[in-house]
Amino acid sequence: MVNLKVNIGNLQLKNPVMTASGTFGYGTEYSDFIDISRIGGIIVKGTTLRERQGNPYPRMAETPSGMLNAVGLQNKGIEYFINHIYPTVKSIDTNILVNLSGSTLEEYVIAAEMLNQLDKIPGIELNISCPNVKEGGMAFGTSCLSAAQIVREVRMVYKNHLMVKLSPNVTDISEIALAVEAEGADSVSLINTLFGMAINAEKRKPILSTITGGLSGPAIKPIALRMVWQVAQSVNIPVIGLGGIMNAADAIEFMLAGASAIQIGTANFIDPTVTIKIIDGIEEYINRHGFKSVSEIIGALEK
Amino acid sequence: MKKFMLDLNVKQNVSLSNQYALIILSSPNKLPEMLPGQFAEVRVDGSSTVFLRRAISIHFVDYQINELCLLIQVVGEGTKSLAELKSGDNLNLILPLGNSYSLPSSKNAKLLLIGGGCGVAPLLYLGSYLKNKGFEVNFLLGARSKTDLLQLCEYERFGNVFTTTEDGSYGEVGYVTDHSVLKGSNFDFIYTCGPTPMMKAVASYAAITKTNCEVSLENTMACGIGACLCCVTETTEGHLCVCTEGPVFNITKLKW
Repeated sequence: MVNLKVNIGNLQLKNPVMTASGTFGYGTEYSDFIDISRIGGIIVKGTTLRERQGNPYPRMAETPSGMLNAVGLQNKGIEYFINHIYPTVKSIDTNILVNLSGSTLEEYVIAAEMLNQLDKIPGIELNISCPNVKEGGMAFGTSCLSAAQIVREVRMVYKNHLMVKLSPNVTDISEIALAVEAEGADSVSLINTLFGMAINAEKRKPILSTITGGLSGPAIKPIALRMVWQVAQSVNIPVIGLGGIMNAADAIEFMLAGASAIQIGTANFIDPTVTIKIIDGIEEYINRHGFKSVSEIIGALEK
Repeated sequence: MKKFMLDLNVKQNVSLSNQYALIILSSPNKLPEMLPGQFAEVRVDGSSTVFLRRAISIHFVDYQINELCLLIQVVGEGTKSLAELKSGDNLNLILPLGNSYSLPSSKNAKLLLIGGGCGVAPLLYLGSYLKNKGFEVNFLLGARSKTDLLQLCEYERFGNVFTTTEDGSYGEVGYVTDHSVLKGSNFDFIYTCGPTPMMKAVASYAAITKTNCEVSLENTMACGIGACLCCVTETTEGHLCVCTEGPVFNITKLKW
């Protein structure tokens, strides 16, 4: 029996497979298909202080080996989460992290304080990289100054694990990673979606109501892998890798590049059982290569 | 209802024209219960450009022989791949998804099931379901032309069939909303599925005649299970997912 456990700072995962925010609902959407408690960590849908209706339909465009979305953080707000979702998800035997977003610095801080009260939420993923909202979101994550400021303020009120989700839509992602590390982030997750666009030539119109959106899926995997590798070489905090992971081989590539854990996103839409297949596939790889623990492959890329 | 991911076997793929295909799938095991109006998310393999599953209506289910039928209109690469499936191929589906058409409150209710083009697909299963429950079923099926009126004899097994074609090649000339059956009688419940302009015209007829009316939407979606929030429609309760809160909506809930 190989050891699949990994530690992300003070966060202990039974295996390195997590689900990416916005692709796995609150976890329970998938419980008809799999035992969701087998997953190392579930990061719930992006949550904001107040309810958001999100962007108008159409919000999605299929693209070669991927998809664009412009959901725009539709959610019922943090109070709804605390009163209606938390009582259900708190009993799931895995790490449930809340992806937290906001339009202003103040909104992030107030919501983080509220989440700090929840015993069974061991961490938050600070979303400073959503490309689909007019205010806040990615705007915070594309400059070192604002990324650092928001992490500093949230760190002051939030005591549990603070993961910061980084945007790939920047000149140098390592600089942003270093900036949030300096302000006390416990880990960084990357990459959020790439800023993209799709057009219907026949109608001479954009496909998305917002014209632009965020690209995910295997189309972005090589970029994500390169960024994870760059950031893992720059920072000392753990890196969580995501971007187009479809199978165990993809997941292992991210870990070899330096990720301590990985997140599965868009692949959940194609195969609702993919998380379990990836956990089993990683175990098989660890066995076949004669490792004792999955942590041995973190950053084990040979030159 | 519990959802399943199943591999079904393509028993037969019948080309109904160059545009439509009837895929008959068989299962070695008992098929899960499905309700009329529900859909399946169908995986499309072997295409370099198709990434996501395709949401396809449950056209018909025969629990005696464990067969499931899907009616496909070829509109893009995904549906083209599905239309090219061969007998013996495997097809991976997630089902049953979404809500369903609701049953009328009175056994004597006069029902009209209005379908347009490939939107007739869920109405066959709905018609058979309603007939089994003891209701009298009327279908009003419209299409551009005679060749686009699909499987008429199948619908005739479960009720009266009225038809319209835009070019007058079969049935009455014009759109479904022009049909004389709508002028003569008062229906208690209208169920509809088809192109959005058609459903909007039906909804407006229903609103004017104060008839209970349910429509089935087909917004593009990714997951089909309420996780991605891509397929929303505007309702009186805000943005709701078509995949979980729909695809069937009462017109009073929609902002049409």
